[in-house]
Amino acid sequence: MIGQRKNILRLDWVIILIYFLLLGFGIGNILSSSISGEEINIFDFSNLYGKQFLYSLISLFFGFIAISIEVKFYERFSSIFYILSIVILVCLFFFGKRVNGALSWFSIASFNLQPSEFVKITVALAVSKYISDFQTDLKNAIDQFKLFLIILIPIIIIIFQNDTGSSIVFLSLFFVLYREGISQNYVKSIFGIIIFSILSLKISAPTTALLAILLIIFYYSFKKKVRNKIIKIISVSSLCVITCFGTIFIYENILKNHQQNYIKVWLNLEKDPEKIKQMERTILYNLNESKKAISSGGILGKGYLKGTRTMGNFVPAQHSDYIFSTIGEEWGFLGSVFIILLYTILITRIIYLSENQKNKFSRVYGYCTASILFVHFLINIGMVLGLTPTIGIPLPFLSYGGSSLIAFTLLLSIFLRLDGNKKNEW
Amino acid sequence: MRKILLFLIVITTSVVFILRLFYLQVYASEPYSIYEDNAIRKVLTYPKRGYIYDRNNNLLVSNQPSYDVMIIPGLVKELDTLEFCDLLKISKTYFDNKIERTSRYSRRIPSVFLAHLSKEDYGFLAEKIRKFDGFYIQKRNLRQYNTKIGANVLGYVAEVNRSNLEKDNYYSQGDIIGKQGVELSYEKYLRGEKGIKFIQKDRFNRDIGSYNNGLNDKNSIAGNDLIITIDSELQEYGELLMSNKKGAIVAIEPSTGELLSLVSAPPYNPNLLVGRERSKNYFELYKDSIYKPLIDKGLLSTFPAGSPFKVIVGLIALQENVINDKNTILCGGEYIYGRNKKSMKCHCGGGYRNIYNAISESCNSYFADAYRKTISKDNNISKNFDMWSEGVKSFGLGNYLNNDLPIGKKGMIPTSEFYDRWYPDFRWGPTTNLSNSIGQGEILVTPIQLANMITAVANKGYYYTPHIIKQIQGDSIPLRFRQKNTIEIEKKYFDIIEVGLSKVYKNGTGKLLNIPGIEICGKSGTAENFTKINGKKTQLTDHSIFVAYAPKNDPQIAIAVLVENGYYGSTWAGRISSLMIEKYLKGSISNRGIEKLVINKSLDDEYKKPFSKKPFNINKL
Repeated sequence: MIGQRKNILRLDWVIILIYFLLLGFGIGNILSSSISGEEINIFDFSNLYGKQFLYSLISLFFGFIAISIEVKFYERFSSIFYILSIVILVCLFFFGKRVNGALSWFSIASFNLQPSEFVKITVALAVSKYISDFQTDLKNAIDQFKLFLIILIPIIIIIFQNDTGSSIVFLSLFFVLYREGISQNYVKSIFGIIIFSILSLKISAPTTALLAILLIIFYYSFKKKVRNKIIKIISVSSLCVITCFGTIFIYENILKNHQQNYIKVWLNLEKDPEKIKQMERTILYNLNESKKAISSGGILGKGYLKGTRTMGNFVPAQHSDYIFSTIGEEWGFLGSVFIILLYTILITRIIYLSENQKNKFSRVYGYCTASILFVHFLINIGMVLGLTPTIGIPLPFLSYGGSSLIAFTLLLSIFLRLDGNKKNEW
Repeated sequence: MRKILLFLIVITTSVVFILRLFYLQVYASEPYSIYEDNAIRKVLTYPKRGYIYDRNNNLLVSNQPSYDVMIIPGLVKELDTLEFCDLLKISKTYFDNKIERTSRYSRRIPSVFLAHLSKEDYGFLAEKIRKFDGFYIQKRNLRQYNTKIGANVLGYVAEVNRSNLEKDNYYSQGDIIGKQGVELSYEKYLRGEKGIKFIQKDRFNRDIGSYNNGLNDKNSIAGNDLIITIDSELQEYGELLMSNKKGAIVAIEPSTGELLSLVSAPPYNPNLLVGRERSKNYFELYKDSIYKPLIDKGLLSTFPAGSPFKVIVGLIALQENVINDKNTILCGGEYIYGRNKKSMKCHCGGGYRNIYNAISESCNSYFADAYRKTISKDNNISKNFDMWSEGVKSFGLGNYLNNDLPIGKKGMIPTSEFYDRWYPDFRWGPTTNLSNSIGQGEILVTPIQLANMITAVANKGYYYTPHIIKQIQGDSIPLRFRQKNTIEIEKKYFDIIEVGLSKVYKNGTGKLLNIPGIEICGKSGTAENFTKINGKKTQLTDHSIFVAYAPKNDPQIAIAVLVENGYYGSTWAGRISSLMIEKYLKGSISNRGIEKLVINKSLDDEYKKPFSKKPFNINKL
């Protein structure tokens, strides 16, 4: 008991404070975006804000349990958790419920559970466990392959369940791999693929490919001490060409119409004014409404419960994925910046604490936590502000949703537990 | 690098987000105004327009509810036009027209689609209108006239026009505004203050309740009630007496300047200008080019003042000491003047004339002489003339009275400059414009100016600017109606003139106009007037004019009557003056015969002469 109290006392108060601030802000804004004139009663669980309040209590309960559990438990059982979670994901194919086209929900009683949210934790644990294993060498191709497999298995399953948004989150774990010493070439490749894909779509595949080949020849002709220069140039160039034409192929033949549209909107590819008009009524509608709402907030905002667009439910999904638009409208520039700073501090604090971990498992896990939170932050707010493509993933701790709130709380609690233990490492 | 890459990316992302927010919320954001927010429906609540009472607290004007079908063109979806038109009892053409016009005005701002539904139509429509997107029914207050008289005084209200909207941002499309009379003069008091309700809309443009619990809403404030100076009984009687005649009666309470009645004949029923038939009725009145009922003749008719003007000529001559109450002249039926022995006719009957019987017999010669003496005194013609002109103007002539009726005319009192311009190479003198002495020539007045003039005479040297407002609920009447305008002529000269004016009724032009028990002072007048027929100046039958006040010792009413083309002043205007005075002072009429005669007299033939396209005679009894 004494030891436990000691552990609790060593929990990082900055993270906890930010957690509670975000939680409060979340419930407050869900209330604002979902009431319609009736009396406010936080214990009325038929309302969205009442439900979110209930989820908060459940989250706190699970968080408390997660913090109470012995550190070794997580490390030891991570593989089992991982396998279990994959099995549960697969079960979705048989028992899942389809919501908005994505087969990612279990319907239990009147509540829906989204296992993919929890898989983030188990994958993070599994990755941490695998990397921190003293037998693992990230320079070794087989180990690399195994690690990729750990990450790719859930991604593939989730893609097949038509929940592309959630699957993208797992890609954030490459930050972790990079931190832990995977070859620079991977990072270069990923950046290369992203840049060349965008260019191919924006300009054209042949031009981009030509440009890439010239760049590679240029690069290698100035680089000395490279063996098999010609072979390398040819192989890298062909990879680039494959990327460029592959992107177009995937874009045109594999992506569905609505996915194409999201990319069109993001990269401004559509030039036909008729079609733009049509898009404005459909996929651009959310984005425009959310931008309008945010813009109308001005510097100080319209005030809590006074956002005319929030009150009028102008932005669809404003309590979940578009929650940031209500903050922008009601709390204005100052409130929005405050929220962004909270996230920035939270994520950088986790990175900082991770770097200070003596235990490699804890460090990697911390990194996983930071990366996962960051990708949500980046994609969600980026989407609401019209900077990143429209991908429906929640804003951690703020967006409405029990599964995501509980999962994020657990993710963070486990890190707090690991971090609280750093002083009495074995 | 490996340790700080994620850190750097996080920081970069935050900075980009903050910059983006700055762009959206600070740089590109317009200052927020709830009035511009299309997520909020603004519903105006209209206040009660102020009531108008007469001086005896009779309610003249109140309100009645009216229902307008409003349209927001941008929200109109496809609808069953046929059904809709049937429902509103309108034609397809009207529908298309209105849609086109309102859309052109604004697609977002509500416009009136169909005004003034009847109560039955409203009850029926209220249920069904919800089916049609972009249409709704708005309640509005219409004016309700509880009287048939005084349309020219009360004025009317109508929908605001573009220039009203531009001048005063209080108004929005479809509001009503006072367009004439008291409704216009006291619009600011009568209209009250509109309230506004902010209704939260959702993205399907449905109302979902009041915004911010109604804390931003404003209640409407009712308009102030007005009491006007008109005695509606007297006004009604005046309108009755003026039956089938053109002209005006202006009666003033001398001690206050309050307008007891302001009759413009022919009158029209104010109820004609309310409701859906308004435009049609208005046009009917507008196109009557013979009687011109929409022209307020009490305020807008200008005509030569005629003999009543002699009162002023006499007063100024007395004040200038060029005549006195003992002077006499011999009138030989005409006044000979000038090198060429020009003559001015006089109908007084001839004989020795002093100031008293010159007034009572309306002797032209006497006042021509007095005028001539005034202007040529000390041989300083220009200066004397301007002094004389100023003296005349101090009676409220020759300029706007600055009263509280929105229309008026200046009339005309010439100055020396006027004649200098007229006769640049010629040394003009009193004989050049001698007809000024008898109120002809260049002198032009309006009935209200004439009434004000006789008021000043009744008060013996001062007047209050005639006004229509007696009391404003919650405010005092404008200061300018509570201040005396004084005339720089000594009271003793007024006393002299009064004796003459009283003699008019004893043995002068008004000896048949006496009312038992009331001592009246008055002066008849006959004004020559002309019109243009096919560009040719043609003389018409003289206007019959009369000014009077009574009782002599304590004037309660001063009155000016104009009967257009009524010939002798005492014939019609004089009779009407006496009847009005008796009605006001006694409340009943002693000589029903005269009353009947006046009411039944029609001058229709006279008014149709200029339009008959045939030669005609004038000045026949």
